[in-house]
Amino acid sequence: MNILVCVKRVPATGARIVLTEDERDIETRNLGFTISPHEECAVEEAVRLVEKHGGASTILTLGTELAEEQLRDGLAVGMDNAILLQTDGDEWDAMAIAAAIVDAVKVQHDAGNNFDLLLFGNEAADSGDYQVGVRVAHALDLPCVTGIKGVEIEGGQALARREGPGGWELYEVSLPAVFTVKEGINLPRYPSLPGRLKAKKKPVERVTPQHNGGGLQKVRLKNPPEQQSEVRVLGEGAQAAARTAIQIVDILEELKLV
Amino acid sequence: MADLPDQAQVIVIGAGIVGNSVAYHLARLGWKDIVLLDKGPLPNPGGSTGHASNFIFPVDHSKEMTHVTLDSMLQYKEMGVFTESGGIEVARTEARLEEFRRRMASSRAWGVESYLITPDEVKKLVPFVNEEIILGGFYTPSVGVVDSLRAGTIMRERAQELGALSIFPNTEILGIDVKNGRVQAVRTTRGDVRTDYVLIACGVWSPRIAEMAGATIPLTPAVHQMISVGPIGLFEKTTSEIEYPIIRDVDTNMYERQNGNDMEVGSYAHRPILMDADDIPSIKEARLSPTELPFTQEDFEPQLELALELMPELLGDENAGIRHAINGLLSLTPDGMPLIGETVEVKNLWSVAAIWIKEGPGFGRATAEWMTHGHSEIDIHASDVARFYQYGRSKHHVHARTSEGYNKMYGIVHPREQWESNRNVRVSPFYVREKELGAVFFETAGWERPQWYESNQKLLEEYKDGIQERPHEWDARWWSPISSVEHLAMRERVAMVDLTAFAIFDVSGLGALAYIQKMAVNQMNVPVGRAVYTPLLAPNGGFKADLTIMRTGDESFRIVSGGGDGARDKKWFTDNLPKDGSVQFEDKTSAICTLGLWGPHARAVLQSVTEDDVSNDCFPYGTARDITINGLPVWALRISYVGEQGWELYTAMEHGLKLWDTLWEAGQTYGLVPVGIGVYGTTGRLEKGYRLMSAELESEYTPVEAGLARPKVKRDEFIGRDAYLEARKEEPAAILCTLTVDDHTSASGMKRYMQGREPILTPDGEPIVDRKGRRSYVTSAGSGPSLGKHLLLAYLPPEYAVEGAALAVEYMNECYPVTVARVGSKPLFDEDDERMKG
Repeated sequence: MNILVCVKRVPATGARIVLTEDERDIETRNLGFTISPHEECAVEEAVRLVEKHGGASTILTLGTELAEEQLRDGLAVGMDNAILLQTDGDEWDAMAIAAAIVDAVKVQHDAGNNFDLLLFGNEAADSGDYQVGVRVAHALDLPCVTGIKGVEIEGGQALARREGPGGWELYEVSLPAVFTVKEGINLPRYPSLPGRLKAKKKPVERVTPQHNGGGLQKVRLKNPPEQQSEVRVLGEGAQAAARTAIQIVDILEELKLV
Repeated sequence: MADLPDQAQVIVIGAGIVGNSVAYHLARLGWKDIVLLDKGPLPNPGGSTGHASNFIFPVDHSKEMTHVTLDSMLQYKEMGVFTESGGIEVARTEARLEEFRRRMASSRAWGVESYLITPDEVKKLVPFVNEEIILGGFYTPSVGVVDSLRAGTIMRERAQELGALSIFPNTEILGIDVKNGRVQAVRTTRGDVRTDYVLIACGVWSPRIAEMAGATIPLTPAVHQMISVGPIGLFEKTTSEIEYPIIRDVDTNMYERQNGNDMEVGSYAHRPILMDADDIPSIKEARLSPTELPFTQEDFEPQLELALELMPELLGDENAGIRHAINGLLSLTPDGMPLIGETVEVKNLWSVAAIWIKEGPGFGRATAEWMTHGHSEIDIHASDVARFYQYGRSKHHVHARTSEGYNKMYGIVHPREQWESNRNVRVSPFYVREKELGAVFFETAGWERPQWYESNQKLLEEYKDGIQERPHEWDARWWSPISSVEHLAMRERVAMVDLTAFAIFDVSGLGALAYIQKMAVNQMNVPVGRAVYTPLLAPNGGFKADLTIMRTGDESFRIVSGGGDGARDKKWFTDNLPKDGSVQFEDKTSAICTLGLWGPHARAVLQSVTEDDVSNDCFPYGTARDITINGLPVWALRISYVGEQGWELYTAMEHGLKLWDTLWEAGQTYGLVPVGIGVYGTTGRLEKGYRLMSAELESEYTPVEAGLARPKVKRDEFIGRDAYLEARKEEPAAILCTLTVDDHTSASGMKRYMQGREPILTPDGEPIVDRKGRRSYVTSAGSGPSLGKHLLLAYLPPEYAVEGAALAVEYMNECYPVTVARVGSKPLFDEDDERMKG
């Protein structure tokens, strides 16, 4: 099994997101960076598949040199190789990112590194455009299943499971294929101390991608109105417990939750 | 939730361990209408308490810190939130083992049980330690962990039960109103509250809240990195939060502590990462909490290998993951001590900040006592927020010193070690000459003071018989034998000492005499021109200050104090000024420079440059007056801290250089030497048995015990008088004595020299404790070149305070024989003060 996982570096925000003065970005001065939970699951799935079937896993991202941090995080939990499509911080839309990934996959192919499986998160945590995986599959003329929550490999075939309304959808796909993964497919592991140390020593392949401009441009960001939360203290201490239990049921009924 | 009251007696801002403790202790001491505010929710409002590692190692080289920590441990235990685990600091280097030997002295001096143990013994206690890479351990069985959030809740509940406290979480401070320099009200998102007192217990946010009132709290938020690794297979069998002793891998600036199923690994090894209080994200903006910032992996990476090396199997387990990793914020101060007390800028606005979990309840209690009684049971003057001068409260200074100090947290810090950052802040007019003479500068309160002069190297040969060489590098660090020869040259010829660091306050006005009488223990209604050396007491009769006051006119006095104490002394004096404006107070420190001129030829030198008669008859000891030196107006004070004939010569800063040059030139025929503070503060002082504020003198000891009680007590009222009279009635529990070291030879055959703060023991090596529970320890140590002895000052209970009594001192885990050479204040050198007064 040769698996590629594509991830995107995004800020790990709190409950309130602060925008930069020009409103074109998130203020990240006090924020850490991460990848989306979907992508964390894709990484975990790749590591598990390689553990089970052998082969190698590669984590790839497009971003500035700072995105190396996310690649190292992937290496720390067991990914074997890392590729950074290094940009200078320009804006890349989903179309341009997909094209760059396609270029990279082709270069790997020409070098004899053929991926059996290309995994993506279902959508990016920040822009949420649900496009890159599908566009890559289309450009490479590969089968694609989105939003999967299970995958099994047998021979040259993959069985992907997707949660549908009222049940599971099963897809039998011949490899190579593209899957976009949804959170819940697995429980991603934490990096171990030795894993972290190994990740430090693994090489990261750097490539300067061709920017074939996409069609989307970010004008400005806007915070949605803040959700107001209401807190009511129903009572305190053991004596209040019986009374408050009834009150809670009333409230749940009021909210049409029971 | 109830509305905020309109009026409070005291508002405590911040509901972390500190705010909760101080609120509780205020309630316990009878305060009412206490309002506790926090912008965050309870029980964890999101400050440093919420992510603290919560462990307590009691032993510190600072007595104040150790005693406050021990008090905190007692309080945590009483609340049932303390779990004893034991703790071991491990050494990877020989230098660290030596530091552990020094720590043994501190643990014995302050009354904590600790042991030096071998690598195998470490392994027995903590089986997952790789004993092969360590050289030994410093084991303290009483180390433990606390539930600081639970402690906070308990203390809030207790204060509520006393009917004294109302609590308002989720309430943000918008402003603090100040009128006529006094705090008036606090404005919050829930409305405004008028109040008599405000306490800022906001940890890392304290500078920002103080600024709202126009005050400063000189601390900076700084990052401390922490990861949590688990699940640890070995810990799955344990049934409590912690069953293995905590390890401090001090040589790598790290610690490892069990926390349930996880091993928490913390580091102080990384670069200092400082923040501004204004830049801390809000609760909503923060991913975790405002004080748990995103982990910066690259700063921790070098530590991973070191941790793995120490606990290879436990931390090397591939199935144990790094489940939690933060850059936690904590508070750092320029000198590493907390910031407690009323702010210098605003009356009734108190700082209770830069306090860690291990000290929280203790400092909470001490602060409440101080607010209630005017003093605390444990002397906490080293934590007094007023200790900083204005430059020391600046952001620049705070950042410079905390950056430099960060890695000293687990470092081996020599007691005389000097700071490198932000130096040359205050220099005397003599500085250029001193530099030319190769002065080695030590800093006190920002002042650059020559400790000794390299140009005096040439005296080493001449006085070689009077030097006690210190063969051990540690004993000789930040020290030079030149101090000893400077001392001997002063005693034989004449010396000049730069004393510009003195804090100088002039008070005048119709109420000046009454005011000075109220402040000072000794009689101040003396003839004009008379100098009086006097203690100032806290209400409990302990030392608040120790200084010299001169009557300069019928209604004017000059106060001279040490630079290191000046900032605190200034606050004490100005706090007690009469409200009616009958006394004017002027700080002349920056206007006046001072030169000490002392030695058998001092009078000859001075007479040669002045037309005023400076003979003993015309200018006797203990008097002051104006003279003219080479045309310069000089206020001369016949006094000496080194026990020699001579003067302190005060003149305007701009005349300083000429004064120096004049005396220098005149002194050449008399063999004048420039002499550093090594002589003034240590060798000269100790030979004369003179006491030093903060070393011998502190609020836990009385003038009677210090041997400074005069035969009679003046009739006039003064602060601390009642307690002082009480202390005079009873047999002192301890008496300050001068001891000499009989034999310096260590087991290895090398001669060793105590540096101060070591325990005094019985000849059998048992600690000496007085009836008030205070242990005997060396308050000051240093050479006495004219006596050919190494001198120690220490308080001893009466049964040991007997001249000729044989005792012992512990140094680097070995005992050395000492003899009580003097009981009380009578000096060992020139006991009748003939040199000084002649």
